[in-house]
Parts: sequence; C-alpha cells; structure tokens
Amino acid sequence: MAKITLKNLRHSYYPNPKGPDDFALKEVDLDWQDGGAYALLGPSGCGKSTLLNIISGLLEPSEGQILFDGQDVTKLPPDQRDIAQVFQFPVIYDTMTVRQNLAFPLKNRGVDPATIEKRVAEIAEMLEVTDILDRKAAGLSPDNKQKISMGRGLVRDDVNVVMFDEPLTVIDPHLKWKLRTKLKELHQRVSHTMIYVTHDQTEALTFADQVVVMQDGEVVQIGTPEELFERPAHTFVGHFIGSPGMNVLPATIKDGQALFNGTAVALEGPIHPGTKGTLEIGIRPEFVSLGDTGIAGTVSRVSDVGRHAVVQVTIADTKISAVVNGTPPATGDTVHLQLTAAQTRLYADGWIASTPAQKESAA
Amino acid sequence: MKTENQKAWFFVAPVLLLVAFNAIIPMMTVVNYSVQETFGDNLFFWEGLTWFEQILRSERFHAALGRQFFFTFMILIIEVPLGIAIALAMPRQGFWVPVCLVLMALPMLIPWNVVGAMWNIFALPDIGLLGYFLNHVLGINYDMTQDPVAAWITIIGMDVWHWTSLVVLLAYAGLVSIPDAYYQAAKIDGASNWSVFRYIQLPKMKNVLTIAILLRFMDSFNIYTEPFVLTGGGPGNSTTLLSIDLVKIALGQFDLGPAAAMSLIYFAITLFVSWLFYTLMTKDDLN
Repeated sequence: MAKITLKNLRHSYYPNPKGPDDFALKEVDLDWQDGGAYALLGPSGCGKSTLLNIISGLLEPSEGQILFDGQDVTKLPPDQRDIAQVFQFPVIYDTMTVRQNLAFPLKNRGVDPATIEKRVAEIAEMLEVTDILDRKAAGLSPDNKQKISMGRGLVRDDVNVVMFDEPLTVIDPHLKWKLRTKLKELHQRVSHTMIYVTHDQTEALTFADQVVVMQDGEVVQIGTPEELFERPAHTFVGHFIGSPGMNVLPATIKDGQALFNGTAVALEGPIHPGTKGTLEIGIRPEFVSLGDTGIAGTVSRVSDVGRHAVVQVTIADTKISAVVNGTPPATGDTVHLQLTAAQTRLYADGWIASTPAQKESAA
Repeated sequence: MKTENQKAWFFVAPVLLLVAFNAIIPMMTVVNYSVQETFGDNLFFWEGLTWFEQILRSERFHAALGRQFFFTFMILIIEVPLGIAIALAMPRQGFWVPVCLVLMALPMLIPWNVVGAMWNIFALPDIGLLGYFLNHVLGINYDMTQDPVAAWITIIGMDVWHWTSLVVLLAYAGLVSIPDAYYQAAKIDGASNWSVFRYIQLPKMKNVLTIAILLRFMDSFNIYTEPFVLTGGGPGNSTTLLSIDLVKIALGQFDLGPAAAMSLIYFAITLFVSWLFYTLMTKDDLN
C-alpha cells in the first residue's frame, strides 16, 4: 500500500506532439492518498483510461513521473508495480475453474499453497462466490465473471492500488447497484487504495470519497461528491454532475455587480479581482424557484420526473431549468424566477470567479 | 401449440434435389457396385459382402491404410504447431500485416497438380534446385525416385509447404480476436509468456484450431493429386496412399466391385475419425 503521486504527467499518442491538442493527457499533478476510494469521472475520450494505464504501467507517459511512496516507478512494468486492475469487459481464464482464476496472481508470484488457499477462500466469501469455486469460469454469467475479475485484483494483500476501468459496463442494471455496493463494502474491508474510472456520475458519487473530474485531458476538479455538487469549480463539472446539470447563463459585470440580461443578479459573494473573459453565471436547478417577483420568463417545457418536475424557462434565448415541487406551471405560462444568492456563482472562461461570502453563508 | 406448416418442404426440396444428384445418387451407384460382380455388358452378379471381406482382409489395403495414417499423422504433427508458431510470430497491426497475409495465402492458391509438378521438378536429383543442391553441393545422397525415405520426406515437405498456411491463417484469426485487456490483465497478474499462451491464446484459438485440424485431417486423408504427380506412389509402393491405391484398383485393374467396397470403407473411416475428433473437442462446450 502506498501513496501515489503523479508529477507533471503528460502523455501523447503521437511520437512528436506539436501543440497541446496532441496530448491525450495535459499536465496532471495529483496525489492519491493511501487507502482512499477515488473515482475518476469524465466523458468518453477525456483521458481517464490513459491516466489509469499510466498508473498501472501499461503505458509509459511521454513526460513526467509516477511515484509510489516517493519511489519513482515510471519505467517499471505492470507486474513489478504491485497493482491490480479490473477491466471494462471481464477478463477470465476460460480453461480454469473459479478457484484457479482467483489463485492465478498469487501462484505466479510463488506464494505458498496454504496461503493461497486461505486468501482465495476469504475473497470468495467476500464476493459471495464460494459455492461456485469449483466450476469452470467459462460458463459463468457476466456479473459473476466480473466478480472473478475483481477477485483476482483483490486477492493479493500487497497491492499498492486496485484500479477499476468502467467495470460495470456489461452488467445488467439491477445487478449494477448490487456490485457497486459490494465494491464500497470491499473497500472498507480490505482498505486498499482504489481508483474507479467511470463516465457515470452515479457510480462515481456512490463509490468514492474523492472524485477527480477530468475533461479534455485535464483534471478540472477534485473533491468530495458534496463539494462537486455544491460548488463546481468549472462549468463543465456543473454540467456533468447533477441531473439536470447546472444552469449556465451568459453574464456581464458592471460596477462589481453581475448582470444577466440587463438585470443584476446577487452572487454568493465578491467577484475575484481582475475577472475578465467570457463570463457566465452558474446556478443549479435545485436552487432556482418560481415566485411572484424576480426575472420574468416563459415556460418552454415541463418534464415530470416523479418526485418533482423540471421546468424549463426561456428568457431571451437562454434556457433555465428549475426544480419545482408541487404543481408545476403549464407550458407558455409567464413565471418569475428567484435564484438563491448563496448558490449563485460567477464563472470566467469556465472557471469559478466568485468567492463565497465569509461567515455569513456558513451561519 | 406448434404451428404445422407443410410449405416448408418446398423450400427444402431444391437442396434435396441438388444433393441427390451430386452426392446421393453417385454414392448409391458405388454401393451398387460394392455388392456385385460385373464382367461388363451391364451384366451383374450378386456378391453380398464378399468384396468388403476381401478388402478388410487384404494386406495391400492394410499397408495403404497404414501409410495413409502415417502421412496424415506426420503432416498434422508438423503443420499444427508450426502454423501456431508462425501465427504467433506474425505482426498484429501495421504495414506488414497484409504483406504477411498475402504471402501466407499464396501456396494455397496454386492448383494441386501444379504443386505436385513443382515439387517433382524441384526435388529431382540432377536437375531440381533442391535435389541438385542436396546431392552436389551438400553431398547428401538424396533421390526421391529411388529412396523411399527421400520420397516420404519430399511428400511431407510438399504438404507442409502447401497447407501450413491454412493453419496459420485460422490460428491468426483466433489470435487477433483476443481483446488487449486479456494481455494487460495477464501482465498485471504476473503471468509468464508460457502462461499467456497456455491460458489465454490456446483456449481462444481452440475453436479455429479444431476446424483447422479437421480440415487438414480430411484433406490429407483424401489426398490424391499431389503425391500422384510427385511420386506416383513410388518408389515401389512406398508412397502409395489409400486414394492412389484405390485408383489403381478401380481404373488400373478395373476391379469395380472391390474398388467400390474400398471406397465405402475409406469414406466410413474418414467420417468416423472426423466425428470422433469433433465430438471430443466440443464436448466441454456443451455443459
């Protein structure tokens, strides 16, 4: 077990990268604390699998270093890094039984048979596969196969990190939830560092203590699920997390006041000094309410999602969503929007540019 | 309740007709010959199972059958491992893939009698490239027209040259279908190269290899043209395989009855071995 440090990591799949666009991974500096449960969240093609493969050693980065407990492992092959990885599609050794599959990583490292048997029994019990230990692995259902893949990752107790590369892709929806809970439970029991790669926010937010959000080869924000939801550091995080995502409204500044469509909008606190660029106001639909006063707009769509309704209001070509409990207005109605000031933030060129007012909001 | 629809027979009928004309009817004439004696003029005498008994007791048949099994065994034991080895060594991506594939396919595109003729000339001791080189450059006494061992080596070499590609291409198809994740997982699990071959590559190639071995078995067991052109079954009878012997009996001696009986036995053996092999190989997949 170890703390993993990524230092000035960059990677390009081209032999001679020209501009920053040639890099699948742009300048990543990250610390993964020992024993943490991390999720690496981002849309397809954002570089999360590249990052994972660099940590596991399947890829050598173009630039930068990977340190395990301060020791440089950048040039080490995967089998010498003491890591485990679970892949998107279950990888099992067809001709072996479940037991032999689980024992394989230990056997290859010359662990004595008694210890192997003990570890396999423990892991099988955790994964609830004890009753199928002596079956041929080839005939198992996809979710059991993926369990076996996970088991091979977890069976070694000397691993520095266990990585999961979208492991629930091929699992049926009703089993996804079960396996996800299982994983969380396993993390608590084995306390290995775990990194879980996914593009599914629910998976990331339920599994991880810390979520690393990536976009276009860059880390956009690192934080607890609450932090990401409450205070997205980038409009992308706001969009990507939450359903529906954060509202982003074009804005201007005048005399230290943020304006939307000519109307002053109260923010969480002061705007960063010297803010310029493309300005936007971000607020989550959960904090937009309908009232008698406020910014006027026309309801353009109402979707009832069960527990509440999402009302889309159009104001001068900008669409704003609001979560409404109770009876929603009808399409075409004129409504007034009220934005909760403490949850309204300013973004410049995508990045957050307002500071929460001290004490006031905390109290 | 199941719907009964007799119209389905109409769709099967054309195939049935086709198979009847190109397989069943010719085969029935063979069955007809195998139980009768004829002296020409369309005169037939009932013989029962005499010809079958005669063939099964005949030492000539035993010898030819032995040679046939030896030939098939030799080419399988060379072509299958060699084919797998070449497939493993072939590049999986890049510029050389199509080059390798075309080079591999070339021998299979050459007509069988041409292969026989090529190797005949190639191996002739005084004028052939191989024969001349062995005899006059290396000083090895090699003459496939006189020496049975040399004839066997040449005939097996020819088949290996002609047909290893089939195993290569099928094994290669099996190999490229293995997702990268398997190799990556094996690397992380600390598997040796041998383990990767034994537990990933070989199991993933099993189905295509079963087909490859089956095809090579049937083709080599029924082989005629190439050895006929190359050695004509000689020297003496040393390379007279079953099919060559069969043609000698049927067209050389015009013993149609025994030849027909032999054909049926020959067919039964091929069918039985193929069935046995395929059943054994696919046994695991069923449970």
